[in-house]
Amino acid sequence: MSKYMVNLKINNMPIAVEEGTTILEAARKLNFRIPTLCHHPDLTVAGNCRVCVVEVKGARLLAAACATPVSEGMEVLTNSEKVRVSRKHIVELLLAEHNADCTKCFKNGHCELQDLASEYRIGDHVFLDLVRPESKIQDISSPSIVKDDSKCIRCQRCVRTCAELQGVSALAVVNKGDHQKISTFLNKPMHEVVCTNCGQCINRCPTGALTERNYIEEVWNAIYNPSKFVVVQTAPATRIALGEDLGIPIGNRVTGKMVSALKKLGFNKVLDTDFTADLTIMEEGTELLTRLKKALVDKDPSVVLPMMTSCSPGWIKFQEHMYPDLLDNLSTCKSPQQMFGAVAKTYYADKINIKAQDMIVVSIMPCTAKKFECERPEMRDSGYQDVDFVLTTRELAMMIKQAGIDFDKLEDEHYDSILGESTGAAVIFGATGGVMEAALRTAYEIVTGREVPFTNLNIKPVRGMEGIKEASIKIKNVKQEWSFLEGVDLNVAIAHGLANARALMEKVKSGEAAYHFIEIMGCPGGCLGGGGQPIPTSPEIRKKRAEAIYSEDEEMPIRKSHENPEVTEIYKHFLGEPLGHKSHDLLHTHYKPRKRY
Amino acid sequence: MSRIVNQFTSHTQFTNHKQYFIKLKLEDYMSTTEVLVKELVEKNGRTRNSLMPVLQGIVQQEHYLSEEAMLFVAKELDLAAADVYGTASFYTFLDTVPRGKNIIRVCKTITCHMKGKDEIVNVLSNALKIKVGETTHDKKFTLLTANCLGWCHKGPVMLINDEVYPDLTPQKALEIVEEYAKTTH
Amino acid sequence: MENNLKKVDIIFEVDEKVTPIDVLDKTLKRAADEIILDLIDSGLKGRGGAGFPTGLKWKFTRNEDSDVKYVICNADEGEPGTFKDREILDRVPEKIFTGIAICGYVVGAKEGYIYLRGEYNFLLKTLQRKLDIFNSQLKERNFDFTVYLKSGSGAYVCGEESALFESMEGKRGEPRNKPPYPTVAGYNSKPTVINNVETLVYTTMICHMGPEKFKALGTNDSRGSKVFSVSGDTPKPGIYELELGMPLHEFVNEFGDGDAKAIQVGGASGHCVPRKKFNDTIIGFEGIPTGGSMMIFNSSRSMYNVLHDYLEFFTEESCGQCTPCRVGCQQLLKGIEAVKRGERPPAYLEDLKKLTATMKIAAKCGLGQSVGNPFNSIVDNFREEIIY
Ligand SMILES: Cc1cc2nc3c(=O)[nH]c(=O)nc-3n(C[C@H](O)[C@H](O)[C@H](O)COP(=O)(O)O)c2cc1C
Ligand code: SF4
Ligand code: SF4
Ligand code: SF4
Ligand code: SF4
Ligand code: FES
Ligand code: FES
Repeated sequence: MSKYMVNLKINNMPIAVEEGTTILEAARKLNFRIPTLCHHPDLTVAGNCRVCVVEVKGARLLAAACATPVSEGMEVLTNSEKVRVSRKHIVELLLAEHNADCTKCFKNGHCELQDLASEYRIGDHVFLDLVRPESKIQDISSPSIVKDDSKCIRCQRCVRTCAELQGVSALAVVNKGDHQKISTFLNKPMHEVVCTNCGQCINRCPTGALTERNYIEEVWNAIYNPSKFVVVQTAPATRIALGEDLGIPIGNRVTGKMVSALKKLGFNKVLDTDFTADLTIMEEGTELLTRLKKALVDKDPSVVLPMMTSCSPGWIKFQEHMYPDLLDNLSTCKSPQQMFGAVAKTYYADKINIKAQDMIVVSIMPCTAKKFECERPEMRDSGYQDVDFVLTTRELAMMIKQAGIDFDKLEDEHYDSILGESTGAAVIFGATGGVMEAALRTAYEIVTGREVPFTNLNIKPVRGMEGIKEASIKIKNVKQEWSFLEGVDLNVAIAHGLANARALMEKVKSGEAAYHFIEIMGCPGGCLGGGGQPIPTSPEIRKKRAEAIYSEDEEMPIRKSHENPEVTEIYKHFLGEPLGHKSHDLLHTHYKPRKRY
Repeated sequence: MSRIVNQFTSHTQFTNHKQYFIKLKLEDYMSTTEVLVKELVEKNGRTRNSLMPVLQGIVQQEHYLSEEAMLFVAKELDLAAADVYGTASFYTFLDTVPRGKNIIRVCKTITCHMKGKDEIVNVLSNALKIKVGETTHDKKFTLLTANCLGWCHKGPVMLINDEVYPDLTPQKALEIVEEYAKTTH
Repeated sequence: MENNLKKVDIIFEVDEKVTPIDVLDKTLKRAADEIILDLIDSGLKGRGGAGFPTGLKWKFTRNEDSDVKYVICNADEGEPGTFKDREILDRVPEKIFTGIAICGYVVGAKEGYIYLRGEYNFLLKTLQRKLDIFNSQLKERNFDFTVYLKSGSGAYVCGEESALFESMEGKRGEPRNKPPYPTVAGYNSKPTVINNVETLVYTTMICHMGPEKFKALGTNDSRGSKVFSVSGDTPKPGIYELELGMPLHEFVNEFGDGDAKAIQVGGASGHCVPRKKFNDTIIGFEGIPTGGSMMIFNSSRSMYNVLHDYLEFFTEESCGQCTPCRVGCQQLLKGIEAVKRGERPPAYLEDLKKLTATMKIAAKCGLGQSVGNPFNSIVDNFREEIIY
């Protein structure tokens, strides 16, 4: 459907754009940058910060460029005197309400407000300081998220993120007038409310008001402690995004450089969460096949379908709060990070002759919810806390900078062995649909003895950024022991972002759709868009990261989890078989219902 | 609890225990707040558009929105608790802290200010032994100030609950409040 | 001194022979477009403050293609110094109901709402009873239209039309971005006419008496009459319906106590006119428009206190979403306090005036945009009182 074109002028330059385009979008086409704060490409328009105001000739009021659609004959000025004066006033007003101690702020150097303030040179700002002393008390109750109201500019990006993308609404705007602020139900601390720790609000907060709880100092202390053996694991999605915080363009893989940097930082061993991603596939794939058998052949009423993935701790906590009646649908597999911790402090510690109590396991994760996850009481199956510290991709970038490492110049290095070998299947865990694709590559082959019937192993129907994806694979010519699956259409669904997850759960509950297997990732785009990834984020950025992930997969020599030689090894010498006794003890877990409200 | 057990045992002639138990559950296990919320939702509808009338109905009965009440509303209307609180806290009359049975709101805006609202506030504050924003120990009164109540030609003026009292003098204000004190139990 | 102030009796007039429902019956027989033409011809502009031509508003909404439309009567009257809508609601509610129903007929709506401010809850019972009668009268006439009552809960900004819709939808009363305007997307995002209580009564009365009689009153820019809420230092506070376009000095002669030094026209968000400007100030859309509030201050009053009260009001009642208003109001309030205490030089008032210029053009809604009205008119005219 072709849209009606509207003609207008911006700073005297004519342009024709589609009806419904905003002034902001039209100006960008002409390469005029209009500053924004409350606007975010992932969210609905708010139009409340007002820094994007522009002059429309003949109009009494300035227009918010982000919220005003173009109209025929409009003449817009983006830098007239009125605009400049107003914009500067607005930035000054924001700063008057702001605890601007940039040098001590976690967002120093990565802050949209700071950028604007320096652009407008607000050195001589005249207005009175309005920061409320009580707003300076940070909420550090959550192991993942730090909330500092004295840094908040009320843009409501976090509130819209939590509601629109995540369907959680742990955060809301409360009170009115000068008492208006961003808060939780009855102003309770973050760890007492329904927050899933997904960190999506952090990714979209333009200031230091929402940040991750950082553990950089703790990790340095561990590295410097001679009596500790510090191993580090890196999640799939970190390797395609870390570069963004270190001056490398978006969409570039930096796996080898990242390994090199970690070695230079002083970690004793640099290992890969990808290894346990492959392990997850073995466990989860087997669990799925077992469940299918129990449900379809044995008609065991205690077995529920669809089975749902459990690698995303934000999603897990969401489910515990919102759909406690569906907890049995979750795979009992721990997330790859936690499998890694449990294996590292048992199997691996044994192998390398280190006592588990002397080992510190650090994870580099694209995720803030993983910080919460590692502190869950269930995650101590090695006898110790399986994973000690979780750093986000962003925190790792900070450590690399602190260490004075010139990241761009680093030579590629390889992960240490063992627990460093991985496959293409593990890498794609970082993108929405990736776990599904990896599981199918393995499960299909177990059942039929043949590779999945997709060109070059690329299961395209489960890829892409659509909120909810569905696919169906016909299983034919199965091996003897799987005869009950002959001719079965395996129905799968994939959702990313918790608002989509919620929509899918409603479908499941209503019985509207009958799936066998569901993959859910808590964050938009999957882990590549995780709450711990470099800021900013947008649909385009996530698309580029996904491309990087799939190209890494294509280049891996091994692309199926069950072919990972280290995985074969660990089953042979330690675990026995998938879902075996040892696996059960170390790699599986359980969930607990939490309060919905 | 013991009451429920007794009732249950004394009615063993009921053949369908289960059904009876459910009936008991609804009527006896539900708090008055939950019953109230359910009634209000029933009456106003189960959509977000009925949030205001539901919250107003609760305040009418219970004088404020308790944590429990907001949680029930969230559940019934399928809203996030933070959303219910965020909405309620926007509105001056939807209090989320406990209030007395009678809420006095003295207009503090300009014409009432000019006509002596300060004396009214003072005399009430002294008589009730509370400051503005506080509630008496016996929970009978909360003293608040409000923005223009729409009676500027007859200031100073106050609202007690929904009733208006214009053309106040300190003496008159005292008498009115005393009358409330007598009739409130 | 001679006084030409013309008192009028349209709004509160009770005609035993022609009841509002008779007006409705008569009007429903006419073509909708004709009614609109009459309203446009009458020159009636909205009495809620913004003064948009009522006929056009109805016409735009009528022209929208939508199966669901709404008519809303804005009875959130929260502007300090305004109390005329309460009086209308109390005395002649049937005229309001009729206006709503006529509007529903004209634009093609099936539901009408009255959004009554929480402070007027004491009116609810009586209004509901009368409304039930009115609704049943509509039913008897097979006119598929129902009027409902909704109440607010104490938030001045909910009088702003889009904030009012948000509130009716169960949300925080935060004004929306415009466009889209209510005529296109109002309550429940459907085309909506929203009119002030008084506006709707005038539409009823114009349908009753024809546009000519209405048009004969007032001036070119300000047709008809208007109900004024008179308060402050006056021997006769109360409600008066007066012809529009009157010179302020005539008003002062009639209502002042002989010592008036300033009149705040249009409530807290309006303008303060000092004595020296009484003679050349016209009350109407060509001069100083008003929702009807006239607050009189005599020479015993401190204009600092007046301004301080207003600014406190806006600081509390701002919805808080947009920067210029949320922070701007606080700056103005704290700013005059700082000047008073000598913590900032008198010249700081100039910085604050520049700030109000930004608020006026950059705030998201009428609340933030109009805070500069009282600020500048009081600071300019009573500078010494603010400083010392
Ligand atoms: C802050 C603010 C408060 C308002 N309060 C009211 C009000 O209480 N009553 C009212 O009729 N209009 C009020 N308005 C104006 C309405 O937005 C709207 O213009 C009016 O209801 C339209 O009706 P009219 O055309 O009949 O005047 C207010 C506007 C603003 C910006
Ligand atoms: S949030 Fe930004 S502007 Fe504020 S202190 Fe931190 S870096 Fe500075
Ligand atoms: S971390 Fe996620 S769930 Fe928690 S407040 Fe932020 S967006 Fe909402
Ligand atoms: S916490 Fe951050 S995202 Fe949320 S309103 Fe404040 S500044 Fe904006
Ligand atoms: S101007 Fe004030 S009331 Fe209006 S939207 Fe902005 S903050 Fe809210
Ligand atoms: S970016 Fe447009 S108003 Fe905030
Ligand atoms: S100022 Fe008190 S009622 Fe209006």
